[in-house]
Amino acid sequence: MENSVMTDDNAAPAAAPTADRRNAPEASVKIDAENVNVHYGETHAIKDVSIGILDKTVTAFIGPSGCGKSTFLRCLNRMNDTIDICRVTGDILLDGHDIYDQQIDPVQLRARVGMVFQKPNPFPKSIYDNVSYGPRIHGLVNSKAELDEIVEKSLRRAAIWGEVKDRLDAPGTGLSGGQQQRLCIARAIATQPEVLLMDEPCSALDPIATAQVEDLINELRESYAVVIVTHSMQQAARVSQKTAFFHLGVMPEYDDTEKIFSSPSDKRTQDYITGRFG
Amino acid sequence: MTDISVDWASPAIADRVKKRHRADLWLKGGGMAALGFALLMLFILVASLVSTGADAFRQTHVTLDFDVSESRVSPDDIFKGNFRAIVNDAIEARFPEVTSRSDRRTLTGILSNGAQGAVRDAVFADPSLIGRSVTLTVPVSDPYDQLMKGLIKRDTPEANRRLKDNQIAWFDQLQAAGLVSKPINWALLSNADSRFPEIAGLKGALWGSFYALLVCFLISFPVGIAAAIYLEEFAPKNRLTDIIEININNLAAVPSVVFGLLALAVFIGWFGMPRSAPLVGGITLSLMTLPTIIIATRASLKGVPPSIREAALGVGASKHQVVLTHVLPLAMPGILTGTIIGLAQALGETAPLLLIGMNAFITSAPESLFQPATALPTQIFIWADSPERGFVSRTSAAILVLLTFLIAMNTLAVILRRRLERRW
Amino acid sequence: MAGFLMLLIVAAAAAGFFVNWRAAQVLRNGGVRLHSMTAFHGAYAALIAALPAFIFLLIWLALRDGAIMAIVMSGLPDGAYPADDAGARSLVQSEIRSLADGNVFGTPADYMLVAAERLNSLRWVGDVLMAFGVAAILGFGLWRARRSIAPQFRARQRVEQILSGVMIFCAASAILVTVGITASLVFESLRFFAKVPVTEFLFGLNWEPQIPIREGQVAGAGAFGWVPVILGTLVITAIACAVAIPIGLMTAIYLNEFASPRLRNITKPLLEILAGVPTVVYGFFAILVVAPAMRDFAATIGVAVSPNIALAAGGVMGIMLIPFISSFADDALSAVPRSLRDGSLALGATRGETVRKVLFPAAIPGIVGGVLLAVSRAIGETMIVVMAAGLIATLTINPLDSVTTVTVQIVTLLIGDTSFDNPKTLAAFALGLMLFIVTLGLNIIALRVVRKYREIYD
Repeated sequence: MENSVMTDDNAAPAAAPTADRRNAPEASVKIDAENVNVHYGETHAIKDVSIGILDKTVTAFIGPSGCGKSTFLRCLNRMNDTIDICRVTGDILLDGHDIYDQQIDPVQLRARVGMVFQKPNPFPKSIYDNVSYGPRIHGLVNSKAELDEIVEKSLRRAAIWGEVKDRLDAPGTGLSGGQQQRLCIARAIATQPEVLLMDEPCSALDPIATAQVEDLINELRESYAVVIVTHSMQQAARVSQKTAFFHLGVMPEYDDTEKIFSSPSDKRTQDYITGRFG
Repeated sequence: MTDISVDWASPAIADRVKKRHRADLWLKGGGMAALGFALLMLFILVASLVSTGADAFRQTHVTLDFDVSESRVSPDDIFKGNFRAIVNDAIEARFPEVTSRSDRRTLTGILSNGAQGAVRDAVFADPSLIGRSVTLTVPVSDPYDQLMKGLIKRDTPEANRRLKDNQIAWFDQLQAAGLVSKPINWALLSNADSRFPEIAGLKGALWGSFYALLVCFLISFPVGIAAAIYLEEFAPKNRLTDIIEININNLAAVPSVVFGLLALAVFIGWFGMPRSAPLVGGITLSLMTLPTIIIATRASLKGVPPSIREAALGVGASKHQVVLTHVLPLAMPGILTGTIIGLAQALGETAPLLLIGMNAFITSAPESLFQPATALPTQIFIWADSPERGFVSRTSAAILVLLTFLIAMNTLAVILRRRLERRW
Repeated sequence: MAGFLMLLIVAAAAAGFFVNWRAAQVLRNGGVRLHSMTAFHGAYAALIAALPAFIFLLIWLALRDGAIMAIVMSGLPDGAYPADDAGARSLVQSEIRSLADGNVFGTPADYMLVAAERLNSLRWVGDVLMAFGVAAILGFGLWRARRSIAPQFRARQRVEQILSGVMIFCAASAILVTVGITASLVFESLRFFAKVPVTEFLFGLNWEPQIPIREGQVAGAGAFGWVPVILGTLVITAIACAVAIPIGLMTAIYLNEFASPRLRNITKPLLEILAGVPTVVYGFFAILVVAPAMRDFAATIGVAVSPNIALAAGGVMGIMLIPFISSFADDALSAVPRSLRDGSLALGATRGETVRKVLFPAAIPGIVGGVLLAVSRAIGETMIVVMAAGLIATLTINPLDSVTTVTVQIVTLLIGDTSFDNPKTLAAFALGLMLFIVTLGLNIIALRVVRKYREIYD
């Protein structure tokens, strides 16, 4: 846990100036979660969490390890369904529709709610095939030309087009760590999602690659609702407009990033950001 | 750059999703069908073996009185007695109306050749029988056994039938007199091989396999463990060790018939060892089992945590002592399991034993490692080739015996593994 | 006698152990400090006595019968058998052996009876020499060991050196076996190629391995071109793979991705049973059930098929290989990192699409390795084809015909009386050499593919 920046107890960290300025007050709620509980077998992992994720906003989930941030994140695109012993209760509404409703097909949901993982996981295919995977299986395009267009657009949006445009046939696994992660981001946004979930996307990257991805996140929020789980409070402060603090399966506080880091309401939040634990 | 806007609710998209899920169902169904096919084949295999082999576990016998007259057998040399005449007399006594020579010859064909041996054995055991009459239950010959088991059908036209009407009539007479029985065919296990299926048994093959496996175990168990210990615990990581490891992996995949060629050229050709002997068979099998045991032993040794070794070294034991007195005992369960599985595989090997001659027609069980013998799988091969109908069911029965041994050995290995396994 | 001597060796080893152990203890109790523990002194004695005696016994047993027979044969009068007919020679040898055992058939020639007598007396002499040799070695070993008892005697080091030596020898035995296989195959094959030119063997299109038994026999000239034989092997292998690969892969995909853990736990052992059935049983199954069923079916639809239809042998071989491919593919699929599967599912792919488009392609190197090993097994498989395939070599790729394979020819050429000189039996070794080379090559390639694949995911 890096404490070097938080030496000054109540001073706000050097937050990026863009962090809160562009948060238009009229951002709507994209995902509305209410009284969500998650059980892994006997363990009660998430206890009664309610949160409204705003559109066109970067929301950060912070908190000590093992407190349920990633678990809750995985509820938002029903990736917890792939784990047999996991049970989710409560309501999670995407644009007003319950995503756990019988009518909803997780397959389609996951095209609308994309995910980027902690360790970059490009498929052992070409860069082109990695990005075109999503649009292909969902049948989003009708011709090769359209597919080319989507691939280019996604790679551009992920700020990696310039580096790979001459070698789209090269294997995706041959890129550097930072490039692979940006490739995975391009892959995720190729399906035109509305929400982008990012589970500690920079923890496996070096500082330069991290900076690149953080710049990318800033641009992405113009088009998507972004939720990012992060271990680094500095990153949360740099990159997000809203922050939610998770602790032992509950969410004690959820507010504007600036407020959380300058004057948190809950003592647990205060203890965490001042480095008392975590 | 405008985005392609996706209308997730559109019928086109909904259609496509349905198609995708249906493709999933096809894949799942195809997988189930493949699995079902494999299991069906297993079922058919077992079912056909059981249905054809079950017959061989019972053998039709007939009970007759045998007059051991002194004119036929002399007490001084029982072995040279004319038991054939005694047997023929016994059956002819039942049918006094049969007079012509050819008819009488056909009549005496009801009894198996083994009947003579049965009478002779009885007289050997009790020489006081000479001059008296003894009642024995002896096997009938194969065609009548087939008739009794319904494999020769009475309603086939006589010209196509193996047994003619008069033969069937005589047999029915015996049955009506209550003389025919179908006891359990212990001869299958207690007799050696024979030309006649009704008295052919597996004794020779069982002993041959036993001796061969014994030799195999005595060679491959110590050598395999010693080699594995060296490779795993002592060998330096150099070129020679690599070559040895590559060799072992390759040997594990060499076709078994090549080992037979090796045995033929080196053991029988060059060393001059006796052909068809279980000793040679055992040595050949041990060469094939060696890689299995080495690999299993290495895996077991790897499974023992390094902390055990370090603790023992820490109290001053030498490397040899550590391995032999601490690591090896802990690795034993895995080693035993691997050995049993290796021996089970060796039991089923046929090709190399054929090449060294363990497929000869041998009518007595071997009495030592050096005498010619057959083995269970080669005996199956011999019987499978035989034209007599009776051998079909006996081949299946022999296979069932072999499979029983294999199941027993594999179950033992699994039980050992479960019982003795330690969780680190 | 040999068994008795083995027991003697064990007894001597035990005795040596006790004597030296005691002696070392006496020394120690007398106040002297020993370098090694007393048990090691005992162990040293046991090993020094038993090991040389054991090795001597083994070598003697291995070479005894051959040497004795050579002596007996050299004592036979000239003309007892034709000089360069190895078949007649081994016949004479068998007769001498059975005479020596007391089985007399007919009226054997006088010199045969003399030879049999000689065999028996040589055997007796041999046994005496063997016993004497073993006893002498044991005695010498025990004496040396007893003399070595001394406080500074590094018994433990010596014992450990001996043990290491034994272990190294055992490990090197693997190389010995490979050398033995290669040497015997090459040696006999060279003798074959001295009689039949290599080019005829490798490129000839006729395989009729008959050798004239007497002068001027009609239809006696043999042809030893292996092309139709290897073609038969390839046909049957192809049929077997056509059965095993699709079914094995689909089974693996189903068990890995779609089946419940309970179903997996029940069916995987059942599939292992299929793998554990001895091949002679499969061969019998082929001739008992499969081939007649195919023949009957063909008769009902009016197609002419050969009695030894290749489809039967190939099909049954395929069934045998199903669990082989299935378990390789299952392992390969399981080895694909979970993150790839998660990545695909997170993009909205179905499970089937994930398997088809991501997991399976990622597992292909491992699967290919398994397939190559299965092909290698099919090529080297013997019993199924010996029982269910044909004996006549023809140039055909029709699965409804009868073909013969390399392994069938090896077995049929060698079953029966072997005399090591005519091209017939030597041809079997040439075939064996080719078989060995091909399967070895396939195995090496397969292992390399699997190893490369492991590197990708490490």
